[in-house]
Amino acid sequence: MDDEQKQDGIVLTEAQKRSRRHRSVAIALALGVLVLLFFAVTMVKGPAVLVRPM
Amino acid sequence: MSVVDHHAVELGPRISEAEVGDYIALLKPRVMSLVIFTALVGLVIAPGYVHPILAFTAILCIAVGAGASGALNMALEGDIDAKMSRTANRPIPRGRITPSEAMAFGLTLAFFSVVTLGVLVNWLAGGLLAFTIFFYVVIYTMWLKRWTAQNIVIGGAAGALPPVVAWAAATGSLSMEPVLLFLIIFFWTPPHFWALALFRSDDYARAGIPMLPVVAGPDATRLQILLYTVVLVAIAAAPWPLGYFDAVYGVISLLLGAGMMWLAIDVYRHREGKPALRATRRLFAFSILYLFALFATLLVEVVVRAVAPAIRAVAPALGAIASAIG
Repeated sequence: MDDEQKQDGIVLTEAQKRSRRHRSVAIALALGVLVLLFFAVTMVKGPAVLVRPM
Repeated sequence: MSVVDHHAVELGPRISEAEVGDYIALLKPRVMSLVIFTALVGLVIAPGYVHPILAFTAILCIAVGAGASGALNMALEGDIDAKMSRTANRPIPRGRITPSEAMAFGLTLAFFSVVTLGVLVNWLAGGLLAFTIFFYVVIYTMWLKRWTAQNIVIGGAAGALPPVVAWAAATGSLSMEPVLLFLIIFFWTPPHFWALALFRSDDYARAGIPMLPVVAGPDATRLQILLYTVVLVAIAAAPWPLGYFDAVYGVISLLLGAGMMWLAIDVYRHREGKPALRATRRLFAFSILYLFALFATLLVEVVVRAVAPAIRAVAPALGAIASAIG
């Protein structure tokens, strides 16, 4: 990509790049916690994980 | 008139500079902490054994659901928040996050909290959490808050439901105890928020919110605070005569209730100037301590009740060891 094409697109400022990176890390951590949570509960419940009483 | 003014004209697509902290602020962390605590009490006092992982899952989902409600509330109230000094620093009035971003964030958290609670714990708890979020966002925020002076009375039901959701998560059913916890928080909400509204009435009037001091006046509000406090103290003590908790809870509840009554009478008596302002601020601050102490007493009593048999069982052995050493 040459310089002219770069100027046509949206160029993020350093602050925007930094905040986007922080938000991405937070989303990744949240998804990781969700995966761990489902794994842990599956281990705890065993076969009963499919039984969901009202 | 808005407390914060944004005259910047945005050209082209808006690129967010919102930090993680701005999104955490959308969750209303201080409200969330009280929700977590009351839900924890509901979970602990429920009969039967709950695996710690499931208990953690339930509390996490309830906390995230409460945070989702806060985010959706802020997404819908950006116009009001900008007019009130108490809320003008929130992420939306400050321009850090747009209402649509907050809406997307809140809906995502609401969906995941309800589905996770339903799938991993049980669907009664998941359904109650969904109802709580719906009640807070649609019934309270979108309808009651801008329409009636009874907004926080009826809307208080949403804040009172977390211990009920937690009880349902632990037992898969409902009974009288969580209803009593619900009623305690339900009747605590009006004196708490009307005390706040008394010393923030200018804020609410500027924002056009029909809080009781704005609509009916401060004197009528003082009387209502007193009446609701009488009912609150009676309901808070009710678990003792009804046999759900023993005299220790009953006595502490009545002592704390005496504090609430004294401060509510103080608010009723002092109607002008600094003494009136001081009285309402003290009632507002004490009401938070009151609810925390009341639920902490419930928690301690249940823990002591659970640990006492074990202590009694090992006491003779400990006595024998002590006498052998002596």
